[in-house]
Amino acid sequence: MNLKTKALKKSLWVYHMSGGSCNNCDIEILDCLTPKFDLERFGIVLVGSPRHADVLLCTGIVNKKCVERVKEVYEQTAKPCVVVAIGACACSGGMFRDSYEMGGPLNKIIPVDIYIPGCPPKPEAMIAGIVKVLEKLK
Amino acid sequence: MKNNKKTVIVPIGPYHPLLEEPEFFALYCDGEKIVDVEWQAGYNHRGIEKLSESKHWDQVTFLVERICGICSTSHPFAYCNTIENLIGMTIPERAKYIRSIIGELERIHSHLLWMGLAGHFLGYNTVFMWAWKYREPVLDLFEIISGNRNHYAMFKIGGVRRNIENEDIPKIRKMLAEIKGQLEMLIGAVLDDPVLTARLKNVGVLTKQDIKNFGSVGPVARASGVDVDVRRDEPYAAYPLVEWSVITAKNGDVLDKAVVRLSECLEAVKIITQCLDAIEGKAGEIGEEVRRVPEGEGIGRHEAPRGECFHYIRSDGANSPVRHKIRAPSYTNVPTFKASCIGQTISDVAIILAGVDPCYCCTERVAVYDAGKKKKLYDFQHLVELSKQKTERIRKEI
Amino acid sequence: MKDIIGRIQSKLGDRGKDIKEQTNNRVYVSVDRKNIKECAKILFEDMDARYIVASDMENFDSFEILYHFGFDKESAIVSLRVYLDKDNPEIDTLTDIIPGISYIEREMWELLGINFKGHPNMKHFLLGDDWEKGNYPLRKDKYEK
Repeated sequence: MNLKTKALKKSLWVYHMSGGSCNNCDIEILDCLTPKFDLERFGIVLVGSPRHADVLLCTGIVNKKCVERVKEVYEQTAKPCVVVAIGACACSGGMFRDSYEMGGPLNKIIPVDIYIPGCPPKPEAMIAGIVKVLEKLK
Repeated sequence: MKNNKKTVIVPIGPYHPLLEEPEFFALYCDGEKIVDVEWQAGYNHRGIEKLSESKHWDQVTFLVERICGICSTSHPFAYCNTIENLIGMTIPERAKYIRSIIGELERIHSHLLWMGLAGHFLGYNTVFMWAWKYREPVLDLFEIISGNRNHYAMFKIGGVRRNIENEDIPKIRKMLAEIKGQLEMLIGAVLDDPVLTARLKNVGVLTKQDIKNFGSVGPVARASGVDVDVRRDEPYAAYPLVEWSVITAKNGDVLDKAVVRLSECLEAVKIITQCLDAIEGKAGEIGEEVRRVPEGEGIGRHEAPRGECFHYIRSDGANSPVRHKIRAPSYTNVPTFKASCIGQTISDVAIILAGVDPCYCCTERVAVYDAGKKKKLYDFQHLVELSKQKTERIRKEI
Repeated sequence: MKDIIGRIQSKLGDRGKDIKEQTNNRVYVSVDRKNIKECAKILFEDMDARYIVASDMENFDSFEILYHFGFDKESAIVSLRVYLDKDNPEIDTLTDIIPGISYIEREMWELLGINFKGHPNMKHFLLGDDWEKGNYPLRKDKYEK
C-alpha cells in the first residue's frame, strides 16, 4: 500500500523528534493536540515509534550530538514517509547556523519534503502544513 | 556512536518518543530501587555563549530568548538586567511595570505547562488537557501584547520594545479575571484530590542540605523551606513597587513543589493586576536609549519560573560581548535528581523528574539499567507507565 | 555593602585582595589559585553563601575563572576571581566542598581546556565523546599563536 492510499484509508501516523531545539516548536506541536486545536479531528495521531510513522516531524538545528540519532530514526521509519521540517531552526538553522555545534540543517542529513517556517510556527500554520501534505497526497 | 541493538519501543503515549542511546539520564537500579544516576546533557547544546560573542548587544537579546522556549522571556530579562548593572542605569517606571507583567504572565503559562505534564506522568490525562487548555488564554494575552504567542521579543537594553497601550488594558483585565477563575478551579481540583496527595507526598524529598550542595533555586528550593527568591532578595523591575509574597513549603517532596508552583500562579495574577493599575491611564517612556556599552563587567539575574536565571557579561567597549556566561536555573535543579532519586523506586522516577521541572526535551531521553549487569531494562515510556500504575494502586486503596 | 566587604576582608585576611563593590551589589575579590579551596570553603561553609555558578574566560595573557556566590540577605553577589597560566591552565577541583560544582567544571574543561585537579569524573558533558581532542570551542581565534 503506498502512502497515497494509506492516507485515504486510515489516519496519518506522525512521529515527532527534536534535534537540539529550544523546545518552543515542540510545545506548539503538543499544543495541537489540546482541545483548542485538536489535531485528531483531521485523523492525525502521534505515535511513539518511528517504525509506524507516515510523517516525521522534526524540530531543532540537529546539533552534532543528535546527527546519528536523526539518521537512525529516518532509517527506521517505514518508507514511503513524509519528512516535515518545523521551525526556522530545522528549515535553515536559524540564528544558530554559524554555531560550532551545528550539525544540520535538517536537509543536509535527511531528505525533507515540507518546510514550515516560523519561530515557532503557530499551531494554525502547522496544521495548514500537514493538511497540505494530505491534499498533495490525494 | 552507532548502536546495533534494536530495542522494541512500546508506543504508550504520544509524548516523549524515545530512541536508544545516547541517554540524557542513565539510572542504575537494583531490583526496584535506584542506586545511581548519571546525567549527560548536551542534546540541546547549540553553542549560544560562543555565538553571543559575534552578535551586537541588541541582537543578543533575540539570541538568548531562544535558549528555552518555555521561559523565553527569562533570559532576555536577566541579560538586560546584566547590561543595566554593567552601565549602572535605571529604566523608566512604565518599563518596569511592563517587564514585570510579561515576567509574571510567563510564570503562569510555564507552571500550567508543568501541571499538565505532571498530570500526564501520573495518569491524569484530563489534568493535562485542562491545564494546557487554560494555558491558551495566557498565550492569547501574549499575542495581544506582543504579537507572538511565544518568543515575545518584548525586552531591550534600557526598557521594553513595545508599550502596553492604555486602550488594551480593559481587555487584558477581563482575560486575566477569567484566567484567575480557571486557575482557582484547576488548583482546587488538583490539590483536593486524595489520590494525588497520597501519590506525591514524601516522594522525591530534597533536604535543605541537598539544596545547598547543588545550589538549587526556584520552586525546587522553596519547597524544601529554603527561602530564596531574586524578586525579593535583590528587587528589580516593578517587584519592589507592588505587594506580593514569596511562597515556601516545608517538606521538599513533589507535593510541596506542586503547591508552591500553583500558589505562585495566583501571586502572579496579583502582581499583574497591581502593575496594570499602576500604568493604566498614564503616559510614560518605555525605554532609555543606550548608545554604547562601556568597558566593564556586569551580573544580572531574574527569577524565572524555574528559579534564578544568571547572566555574566564582560565588555571591552566594543559592539559585542567579550564573554557571556549564561546559567539557566535548571542547571542547578536537574542534578538534584541524584539526591532525590537514589533509594526511591522506579515507579516514582517519572514524577520526581517532573518535580524538578526540567526542559521538556530533557525528559525524552531517560533509560534505566540493571546496576549489576549494566543491562538496559526500561526507557522513559515505561517509567511513565509504571508511574501511572502506582497511581492506580493508590486509587484502589483509598 | 560595607558590612559584607568588612566581613569578607576579616575572614579571608591576606588571601582576599582588591575586595570592592564594582557595580551595584556586585563584589569582586581576587584570590590566588593556590588559596581557592580555602577561600571557597570560607564563603560556602563559614559564611553560608549560596553557590551560583562559575564562569571562565580566555584573556590575552591568562585564563580567568570567577566563582559566583550569592549573599541573598545582603542582596549581593560576591565573585572570587582567579587567574590561571595561559600555557597550563589548571586549578584544584572544588567538588569536595560544593558537590554541585562538578558539572560546570566539566563544562569549563571541555569548552575552554582548563584542568581541574582531582575531579572525580572528568569526561565530556555537553559535547559528544567523539569531539576532536584539543579543540576548545570557547577559545578565541585571535589569541591562537
